[in-house]
Amino acid sequence: MSVSTSPNFKENVHGALRDESLQRALGRLKTGFRDKRLAAIENLPEFEALRDQARDIKNHTLENLDHYLLTFEENVKANGGHVHWCADAEEARQVVAKICRDTNAKSVLKGKSMISEEIALNDFLEKQDLKVVETDLGEYIIQLRHEPPSHIIAPAIHVHKEEVADSFRETHKGRDPNRSLDEPRELLDEAREVMREHFFAADVGITGANFLIAETGTSVIVTNEGNGDLTQTLSRVHVAIASLEKVVPTLEDASSILRVLARSATGQEMSSYTTFSTGPRREGDLDGPEEYHVILLDNGRSNMLGTEFQDMLRCIRCAACMNHCPVYGAVGGHAYGWVYPGPMGSVLSPSLIGVDEAGHLPNASTFCGKCEEVCPMRIPLPKMMRHWREREFEKHLSPSSFRYGIKTWAFFASKPRLYRAVTGIASKVLAKMAGGKGRIAKLPLAGGWTDMRDFPAPEGKTFKELWAEKQAGKGDVK
Amino acid sequence: MTPSKPRVGLFVTCLVDMFRPTVGFSAVKLLEEAGCDVDVPMDQTCCGQPAFNSGDNASARKVAAPLIDMFADYDYVVAPSGSCAGMIKKHFPELFADDPAMAARVQALSDKTHELVSFLTDIMKVDSVPAEFDGKVTYHDSCSGLRELKVKQQPRKLLNSIKGLEISELSEPETCCGFGGTFCVKYPEISGKMVGDKTRDITETGAKTLLAGDLGCLMNMAGKLAREGSNVEVRHVAEVLADMTMAAPPIAGKEGE
Ligand code: SF4
Repeated sequence: MSVSTSPNFKENVHGALRDESLQRALGRLKTGFRDKRLAAIENLPEFEALRDQARDIKNHTLENLDHYLLTFEENVKANGGHVHWCADAEEARQVVAKICRDTNAKSVLKGKSMISEEIALNDFLEKQDLKVVETDLGEYIIQLRHEPPSHIIAPAIHVHKEEVADSFRETHKGRDPNRSLDEPRELLDEAREVMREHFFAADVGITGANFLIAETGTSVIVTNEGNGDLTQTLSRVHVAIASLEKVVPTLEDASSILRVLARSATGQEMSSYTTFSTGPRREGDLDGPEEYHVILLDNGRSNMLGTEFQDMLRCIRCAACMNHCPVYGAVGGHAYGWVYPGPMGSVLSPSLIGVDEAGHLPNASTFCGKCEEVCPMRIPLPKMMRHWREREFEKHLSPSSFRYGIKTWAFFASKPRLYRAVTGIASKVLAKMAGGKGRIAKLPLAGGWTDMRDFPAPEGKTFKELWAEKQAGKGDVK
Repeated sequence: MTPSKPRVGLFVTCLVDMFRPTVGFSAVKLLEEAGCDVDVPMDQTCCGQPAFNSGDNASARKVAAPLIDMFADYDYVVAPSGSCAGMIKKHFPELFADDPAMAARVQALSDKTHELVSFLTDIMKVDSVPAEFDGKVTYHDSCSGLRELKVKQQPRKLLNSIKGLEISELSEPETCCGFGGTFCVKYPEISGKMVGDKTRDITETGAKTLLAGDLGCLMNMAGKLAREGSNVEVRHVAEVLADMTMAAPPIAGKEGE
């Protein structure tokens, strides 16, 4: 696996654009996600109103975040669960390690969780001699391939089914080497059989959370395979890891947001499984964990409160923004170099790992606005990417040639007479360079343009020159 | 008494001024035919968007501020570009948000600024143009016009009023062409991939002419089509609506092409 990091964005892009297998996989975004989302929302006339409602719920929660988090904690405890407040990734990893030690765990089952990717939990746990098994099929596949996810809800979207079959043959020993693994169904069945053995041996089950419900102290996960709920019900100990902003006040609020979540994500009305966990197994319960822990992770979120980036904390990780982003669609998730790709990552990653590390990401956008158009939580993603550019510019992180270029241009553009003279000359020079062909194939200092396309030549005179001539002809010079 | 004509200040845009004056003259013609009195303040340069989108708000304000007074006396400000009109309408209020002394004037400018084609249809109630054009065209919805100003049906409505003109839609008319201002030179490879996808879509429509409402996008797509040796002709929609296609060869096209 090649290590891609955010500062290497351009190199990553170069590779991704030449990776035919990846390009073929990215071609599936349209039918796999975009068309389905469109069909789902066309069937729900109140979708736009639901988006407003979802946004308002989260805004209200963020304005009162301390209150709802404390209420959540109180209710988890009242149900016999434990809450761990963690400031950063290291604290969260240590808490998980301690829970595993205290419960004598040998094996850990994982439900799909982006937060566990954010804190690089698997590597850490494996170093503690724990056996970690991902139970989400996509996560399981990339675990076998030793890769990071390339999408927040379809982590293995870059992998083709033939490659999955190869990984299975390699890892699942003791099976008929000539078995058919051509059909997705066959792959799913085999994964399920292998996982079943792990489910029954599991000590600790770690999941993420799509929502934390303050009024009931409940964590909620939304899945399509159902392995997430097996992870949390069959394990002796359930640990839910969630970032602070996952809290919502009430069950009703969670239900409202659920109505936009699956539609925006996969075009389903609801995901196949929506699982609510409230405390450990109670007397008389047929199943459920003996212990229930929630890790509340900050890891940079509280720094976003009260800033121009607060709106980003409304994100419900539906992935609509990346499914519709032409840049993500061109380069895939790994190019972004860290856990969160696409537009949401371009806003969130600089907040979490620093704009000096992730500065390329908010720049690599045309501001086409498609992400904001589809975001169910109405997060103004392009505007926030621009705010990151402002921070970069203030910190002098943008390349000096670029800064110089902008300043020089602004100098001319704020001096109308000089500007008229200079653009007049430039138009003529460029028109001359084109020599009547209407275009220039190679232009000094504009390699970024002419490496990819011809440079259309100007007509020759500027509009203002021609307009002045025309007005002079009318005897009406301004 | 006949009501006096609305006074329109044309915001030419820096790209049209320097690269494609014909678009400016097409805009003037369309506005005059729609009953406007058109004027062009000669001290205008650019809306400041390149600096604004680069995070350099100080430079953006420096370039943008003079426009506020320059266009104060017109009834409307019209630009043959969704991107530049969007900058003035949607982003000037943000850009000057910290300056309460400016707020009212900036808002007034924002309120009266429009993209050309939507101004013709929505404000001047134009529903047909007397142009002639023979053949199949396709239309790319430039992002800012589409998403910030909701320009979608307006150009189609006027194009459809031209006898002999047929619109063959792109399979993804609303997908960005990869221009993105400075993006196309900062991330040329991604931009190149995006515009390549776009030109494939254009070619598959079978249209002879590609139209759009923003010169930046048009130069990007025209440059790519030219590089590919395509003979699709590229023009700003205003040139066709104003029946001024004889005034200049297509963008990136030769004289007489
Ligand atoms: S930013 Fe919006 S569209 Fe993107 S993942 Fe978050 S909620 Fe979904």
